[in-house]
Amino acid sequence: MNAIRVQHLTKRYGETLAVDDIDFTVPSGATVGLLGGNGAGKTTTIAMLLGLLIPTSGSIEVLGHDMARDRFSALARMNFSSPYVSLPQRLSVAENLRVYGHLYNVAGLERRIAELSAELDLGDLLDRPAGKLSAGQKTRVALAKALINRPELLLLDEPTASLDPDTGDWVRSWLERYRDESGCTILLASHNMAEVERMCSHVLMLKQGRIVDRGSPDELLARYAREDMEEVFLDIARNRRQVA
Amino acid sequence: MHPALRRIWGLMYRHLALYRRSWPRLLELAYWPVLQMCIWGFTASFLAARIGNAGVLAGATLLGGVLLWEVALRSQMGVAISFLEEMWSRNLGHVFVSPMRPWELVAALVMMSMIRMLAGVLPAILVAWLLYAYNLFALGPVLVLFFINLMIMGWAVALGVVSLILRHGAGAEALAWSVLFGLTPFSAVFYPVSVLPKVLQPVALALPSAQVFEGMRGVLLNGVVLWDHLIAAFALNGVWLAAAGLLFAQQFRQARIRGALMSIGE
Repeated sequence: MNAIRVQHLTKRYGETLAVDDIDFTVPSGATVGLLGGNGAGKTTTIAMLLGLLIPTSGSIEVLGHDMARDRFSALARMNFSSPYVSLPQRLSVAENLRVYGHLYNVAGLERRIAELSAELDLGDLLDRPAGKLSAGQKTRVALAKALINRPELLLLDEPTASLDPDTGDWVRSWLERYRDESGCTILLASHNMAEVERMCSHVLMLKQGRIVDRGSPDELLARYAREDMEEVFLDIARNRRQVA
Repeated sequence: MHPALRRIWGLMYRHLALYRRSWPRLLELAYWPVLQMCIWGFTASFLAARIGNAGVLAGATLLGGVLLWEVALRSQMGVAISFLEEMWSRNLGHVFVSPMRPWELVAALVMMSMIRMLAGVLPAILVAWLLYAYNLFALGPVLVLFFINLMIMGWAVALGVVSLILRHGAGAEALAWSVLFGLTPFSAVFYPVSVLPKVLQPVALALPSAQVFEGMRGVLLNGVVLWDHLIAAFALNGVWLAAAGLLFAQQFRQARIRGALMSIGE
């Protein structure tokens, strides 16, 4: 069973081909990394998966729903987090979580907020305005928002960008535990190769809108005869040939 | 609660929570309507003192016009500014990837606009009554129909403004404050449509607001409800709202094609 199924997906802006005929699937319960340099097409692909952007051609099926015809059924069962999309800054953390709890029709909302508050250590932050939090605190609140509806599919755009190594490690550990406990599928766009190597069972390497390579981190390391994913990333970005 | 109603409430809660914690925001809602009422109220008092009964009638139509026009203005701004607040807080990305349908977003903005309008206009009505002994409710039950028509017109114009913001981004946001003011001369708020040059009269009569104000003057000056004007106002509002709804749906889809929802507000 696949949580995501993408076929011949293309997005063109005038003369610019942002995503060029890509196909991939994400099995339920897997964590898949979407890697690529700036402008490779990661954000465009995620935006199409979220229904924010209408593809030029191709099809997207999320949790069994065709995103062209039935995106709201899928959106109720998934969620999204990105450090580049804010929550209302003047609302308190609790108010923000209440807003999204209502938007996602969460049953027992106050209980769910209390659960997330305990799990993500938000107790002292609930009454503070979201705009007055540190980067690490904002990331925890963004995660709480992303998990408010117990999503079956989580799309994460650079979830640990701008975090210090300690907080980044805490977020990664927390996501791994959540995935293992809930069976949630995660699609992760990241520039942090260590993060990808640690969390992802499968990686899609994007370049100029195309998937230029794919496989598990171990397969990619072996294919390029490299010690870490950063070197693999550089090999692909700089058009170096794979060894095997 | 039905999921759609809950999503509408969720977005309303987001705006209401802001007002709960900020008295300057609440004050701002009533500031302009009350200020307008003070200026025009003193003008009406001056007219009444100088020219007697004719002045009293002129003052009554002025004050009625000011108060009812505020209904349209506040309804339009209520929708457009609530949308802008989502845009400024860069929250639209989260809203548009939630299960909230576009019509639910519009419904939430419309509900917020009603609250904002009442918070602005009711204090002005109270000031008119306390300072100038002007009772807008003396217009009778037909006042409700005037209110409804002006609110609908405000929403239709606001949907047009939101559509332009979706099309042109932050560059179009000034329209949220200015566009309805541009229709004031043709809305015959303070004078009858017949005062306008012949060539402009059809333009005025295509505005639901002009039909409402003709109706208002009928009640104030002659004590007669001009039903033909009210029916025309409802019919025109139906056309305006349908056109604005279609424009919004089209621009929302275009924004999803162009990727504008990802960067709106930048």
